[in-house]
Amino acid sequence: MVGRAPYRIALGARTWTFTDLKDLMAKATPPRSGDRLAGIAAQSAEENVAAKMCLADLPLKTFLTEALVPYEEDEVTRLILDRHDAAAFAPVSHLTVGGFRDYLLSDQATTGALAVLAPGLTPEMAAAVSKIMRNQDLILAARKCSVVTRFRNTIGLPGTLAVRLQPNHPADDPAGVAASILDGLLYGCGDAVIGLNPVSDSLSVLADLARLIDGVIQRFAIPTQACILTHVTTSIELMNRGVPLDLVFQSVAGTQAANQGFGVNLALLREGMEAAQALKRGTVGDNALYFETGQGSALSAGAHHGVDQQTLEARAYAVAREFRPLLVNTVVGFIGPEYLYDGKQIIRAGLEDHFCGKLLGLPLGCDVCYTNHAEADQDDMDTLLTLLATAGVSYVMGVPGADDVMLNYQSTSFHDALYVRRLLGLKRAPEFEAWLAAMGITGADGRPLPQPPSQPLLRG
Amino acid sequence: MDKPTVMPDAWAHLAAATPARIALGRAGDSLPTAEVLRFALAHAQARDAVHTPFDAAGLVEQLAALDLAPVAVHSAAPDRATYLNRPDLGRLLDPAGRQALTALPLTSPDLAIIIADGLSATAVHRQALPLLTAFLPWVRQEGWRLAPVVVASQARVALGDAVGQALGARAVAVLIGERPGLSAPDSLGVYLTLNPAPGRLDAERNCLSNIRDGGLSHDLAAFKLAWLLRQALRRQVTGVALKDDSDRLLVDGRAPMLLAD
Repeated sequence: MVGRAPYRIALGARTWTFTDLKDLMAKATPPRSGDRLAGIAAQSAEENVAAKMCLADLPLKTFLTEALVPYEEDEVTRLILDRHDAAAFAPVSHLTVGGFRDYLLSDQATTGALAVLAPGLTPEMAAAVSKIMRNQDLILAARKCSVVTRFRNTIGLPGTLAVRLQPNHPADDPAGVAASILDGLLYGCGDAVIGLNPVSDSLSVLADLARLIDGVIQRFAIPTQACILTHVTTSIELMNRGVPLDLVFQSVAGTQAANQGFGVNLALLREGMEAAQALKRGTVGDNALYFETGQGSALSAGAHHGVDQQTLEARAYAVAREFRPLLVNTVVGFIGPEYLYDGKQIIRAGLEDHFCGKLLGLPLGCDVCYTNHAEADQDDMDTLLTLLATAGVSYVMGVPGADDVMLNYQSTSFHDALYVRRLLGLKRAPEFEAWLAAMGITGADGRPLPQPPSQPLLRG
Repeated sequence: MDKPTVMPDAWAHLAAATPARIALGRAGDSLPTAEVLRFALAHAQARDAVHTPFDAAGLVEQLAALDLAPVAVHSAAPDRATYLNRPDLGRLLDPAGRQALTALPLTSPDLAIIIADGLSATAVHRQALPLLTAFLPWVRQEGWRLAPVVVASQARVALGDAVGQALGARAVAVLIGERPGLSAPDSLGVYLTLNPAPGRLDAERNCLSNIRDGGLSHDLAAFKLAWLLRQALRRQVTGVALKDDSDRLLVDGRAPMLLAD
């Protein structure tokens, strides 16, 4: 591994030095509490900008020869470098990180060109360029990226926004879960997935919940998919027992050691994907995985290798990319203020994650959310939701009244989805949009209609 | 302007089935004013719950009355602000806490129980003793030997690894206040870890969450903890390799009398 370390830049009388590439990346990252917690953040505002300037001059191809996490120690690094598509990278291989930003914002970077480029980019390249992009750059460049995935409907078409219906209940009560599902469907939500976070780890409870959601989907012929958000090994066990599962869920992170903390590795994820695809439950496609990620998970597991949390988040997308998921969700504000302190940091991280994921060719959605120990509130979520929707986010969460009564945090609501659709004219997945209209749930303009007692969903 | 501007939902009767905020109605496509303010109040209360002081001394008194030989310790996070920003300190004992535990006689207990404030002292104040009271009969029935119960302030889940190791326990159960939600500022979680030692991964723990009125009941949580501990000690594993299959033993949704396999 030949590098130029240490990295140096002279600004006026002062020369700033960065010991290696991961130090440069960490110091160039917009301020956030998690990098301070890790002891790797820039020590001053000027050092932060000096690092950005130094990073901007770095040849993009440096990331192909200088691994931030050692190749020998980490299967995620091996995945990234072994899977790199040099031919796809060729059109930008001569650029610096700063030049790459200019390219992304230029008219040369068309939707088609970016789709071809995606397999030629490593997550570290995406993370590096994001660090020198302003929020408006992250929005504009992400909006150019088109990522379309399919299972029982089509997610990610231009001008659409999907919603995960999240019908969680604090005791996994079937009637309570069903009530939230009906509420969400009648508010026009659920095209991304009807995805439940169970309280229980009990196989029999999970099996009953899976059958409940599958029963609703089958009975009303809803063009959507179900997911029980439990560990991949639990999903495999449920499928072995003949339980109807559509999407297999797993939390993933950007290092091998952090994934170990989640009890997974690449081989296990492949096993989960193959088990789900073998059931052939998708009707229009076979993107059968649902991944969740979030900045800070590697540090939280003591598995960050001194790399900043945003770069590690982008590396989690390399893990996801390998398994052609239907949905990837950055649960941006869930982890807490020790990683993203306030509304400003959560908003910035949400835009970075969405941009990096889309650039790498993933169907990125965002759980626009915060916890009650963070310095954030509904106004911050309104801001991030509106910005992400303009950036073309694949999907967001739909939680009744934005209050998740099981996970104890605040996300976006069914009403929030209606707001952003109306504001920006965003449609649902076309198959689901047609189903809503046929059921009399929405009118010709896609807005919800008053429901008569004869509405089939309400007739038990 | 007599036309109503708020449209109610036709399925308001379903709201009784869940504490979730369903059938809220709409003003145009947006939330009605009353719900916006109701939500803001709940958020304000949850924010306040994060900062409610932990009555560790009161809990120690109550535990002493149950002959549980309580010991109070503090994490290395001296105050709430540090605790929120430095999770690493919440996982370490402060020097006095380390001393207090090493001064105890070594008894090689089967289980160390730690009651930790976590993010909601309110949850611990309301749920910890009722859960413990429901769990003790299982301890007697199985003949498990308990370490002195440790009451930990400004503590994270992984503090249990340090405590469990100091006590030489075969397993540790951390009863901890979960992050407060809008509808549930008083929800308790339990994390069970075999062979506790600093460096244990989250994937090596079994978790019971949402223990509160309207969530997982104290009786069921106690039964599940007992089931998990028995399996953990037998199979020498906790975490993702130990699946909670305890519901197979339930009788009409209630805990059984025995922990049969």
